[in-house]
Amino acid sequence: MILSGNPPRGKILTALLVLIVVVLALAPFLFPGSKPLNVAAKICVFALLVASYDLLLGYAGIVSFAHTMFFGIGAYGIAITLYALGPSWGAIALGLAAAIFFAALLALAIGLFSLRVQTIFFAMVTLAVASAFAVLASQLSWLTGGEDGRTFRVPEVLRPGFKLIENGPFDITISGRTLSYYLVFVSVAVLFLVMLRIVESPFGRVLQAIRENPFRAEALGYRIIHHRTIANVLAAVFAACAGALNALWLRYTGPDTSLSFNIMIDILLIVVIGGMGTLYGAIIGAALFVLAENYLQTLMGAAFGALNASGAGFIANFFNPDRWLLWLGILFILSVYFFPTGIVGKLRAEPKS
Amino acid sequence: MTAIQTSSDAGVVLPQQKTDYIPVLLPLILALVALPLVGSFSTWTTLTLAGLAMGMMIFAMASGLTLVFGLMDVMNFGHGAFVAVGAYVAVVVFAPMAALMQSDSLSSNLMAMIPAMILAMLVTAAAGYLFERLLVRPVYGQHLKQILITMGGLIVIEQLLYASFGPQLNPLPLPTALRGSISLGAASVEKYRLLAVVVGLIVFGALQFTLTRTKLGLLIRAGVENGEMVEALGYRIRRLFVGVFMAGSALAGLGGLMWALYREQAHASIGGEMTVTTFIVIIIGGLGSVGGCFIGSILLALLANYAGFLAPKVALVSNIALMVAILLWRPRGLYPVTSR
Repeated sequence: MILSGNPPRGKILTALLVLIVVVLALAPFLFPGSKPLNVAAKICVFALLVASYDLLLGYAGIVSFAHTMFFGIGAYGIAITLYALGPSWGAIALGLAAAIFFAALLALAIGLFSLRVQTIFFAMVTLAVASAFAVLASQLSWLTGGEDGRTFRVPEVLRPGFKLIENGPFDITISGRTLSYYLVFVSVAVLFLVMLRIVESPFGRVLQAIRENPFRAEALGYRIIHHRTIANVLAAVFAACAGALNALWLRYTGPDTSLSFNIMIDILLIVVIGGMGTLYGAIIGAALFVLAENYLQTLMGAAFGALNASGAGFIANFFNPDRWLLWLGILFILSVYFFPTGIVGKLRAEPKS
Repeated sequence: MTAIQTSSDAGVVLPQQKTDYIPVLLPLILALVALPLVGSFSTWTTLTLAGLAMGMMIFAMASGLTLVFGLMDVMNFGHGAFVAVGAYVAVVVFAPMAALMQSDSLSSNLMAMIPAMILAMLVTAAAGYLFERLLVRPVYGQHLKQILITMGGLIVIEQLLYASFGPQLNPLPLPTALRGSISLGAASVEKYRLLAVVVGLIVFGALQFTLTRTKLGLLIRAGVENGEMVEALGYRIRRLFVGVFMAGSALAGLGGLMWALYREQAHASIGGEMTVTTFIVIIIGGLGSVGGCFIGSILLALLANYAGFLAPKVALVSNIALMVAILLWRPRGLYPVTSR
């Protein structure tokens, strides 16, 4: 939209996106309490994370299973520096810079190593590398805190105890928590716009051309590996930024919140259900997914209770809130079959003249 | 015409590709290098046998995957699901046969084990048929969708297992006669590992026999090399593929049962864990090569055991290190079969 010449296209889609963005922008004032704000921050972080994955999957046609690794690198970069150097903006900058550098280097290495060959090979190699990285992170406890992770302190302005405005006009209170949220929100918004710009740039166009027909793109004189590797590095850097923001928001980094394979599955589900190759799908998908994760499970819990009470014990198990991935998995398979362009694709499907 | 006459001539030796023996030597070299590092011969024997047993089980799980890829260019990211299904078959079957399992005699233990193995293979073969029909066939030829769909299949099957059996760890005690270890000279070897080696060798032997000595195997190998030509000659490669997919799933189920017994517990997460290991193994071996997969499995398991003994921290990344080393040496694996 802004700066990119890449509008959402489609009235309902635009309305939906505007609604989500406005609600997210005003979240601290619309919904008091910590849970809704946590949900809103998670939507922001996932929108960025999934959009960066979409750069890879949707635009470059590369399947990577190492995206959580880069997310984790960002999160651990922040956690390790803040834990070691104490809460200061310098430590955050250092952690972020180190994480981005490391993520880019690793992505470059993996890319040069395995992007030459076909999609499947790259997917397998990234899966193996990511699992080794997760094991490594949970074992090097002197550095990463092991399974327990690292809890750290953030600079004073971002702490819940800090009050910028207390009982201001209209009873508004702006605490450090609100400031943290806006740090996350604004960073995500800026980075998202940068990504929208990237996919519309000549580079992004070439990526899409390579995705559609690698031979032809090569025949036209574009170096496939060159472009794919850059896409891989860019996606890794954006994912590391998302990880850093997530760590700052949670004030904690551990294997479960940053490196677990479940996050990778969540990313896959969101990008496919939201719509591959659209970027906007990441926002809609992330909003739906995180809301469903937090509120649909309550609903499933109710169904589970009712079924259990009526004596259908075995069937009830399938509605256990813990089994919600089952239903999402089925939805995932069906969307890959029937709506490969996801929600955004469906909303965009206008009759073409 | 002359070509036909000469090929029917018994005296003429057909041109043959040179057999590449260097990869075969790798596990031997690794074992020999490890001997002085480990120091004690008995410990080394124990570690080597443990590695062989582990390698055999991994091979059983991975062989189907590599064949399916070689034959049809389909990489099944949900292969691990069959491993988990095999493990749960063990849980279900062993429960009513507790008496046979706890008996002291090996024969009654095997009376319980063998039907369980056969059942595990039948169930996973059936699951493989459904999986192929519902998930793989509609996206045949589209790599990206294949990866996504089969991954989705893994998630769904894993969740179905959780829903049916509960999220807890299911203890799976070894049969009584297979517990403990026997001593070979100064080395002590766990009995179950010996059984695993025997089962693994039978699987490898049966696979090699089918692939190299039967017409079916000839067709499969030809299909791996050039599927279109096999089809042009009038064979239905799709049926062949379904058969191979089912057989591969059955082997994964067998491997899953053996692996669950080895760990003495069954849990649905075993599927995801083994997916990574099997991928590394078939990448090392060269996608599509059964022999390479066998060597890869043994190499990986041996290295994991030696490294676990010598430097436990290193063992965590030994798999990846091995994969990187092999790929630097041979970028397409030990035995590159397909041109893909």
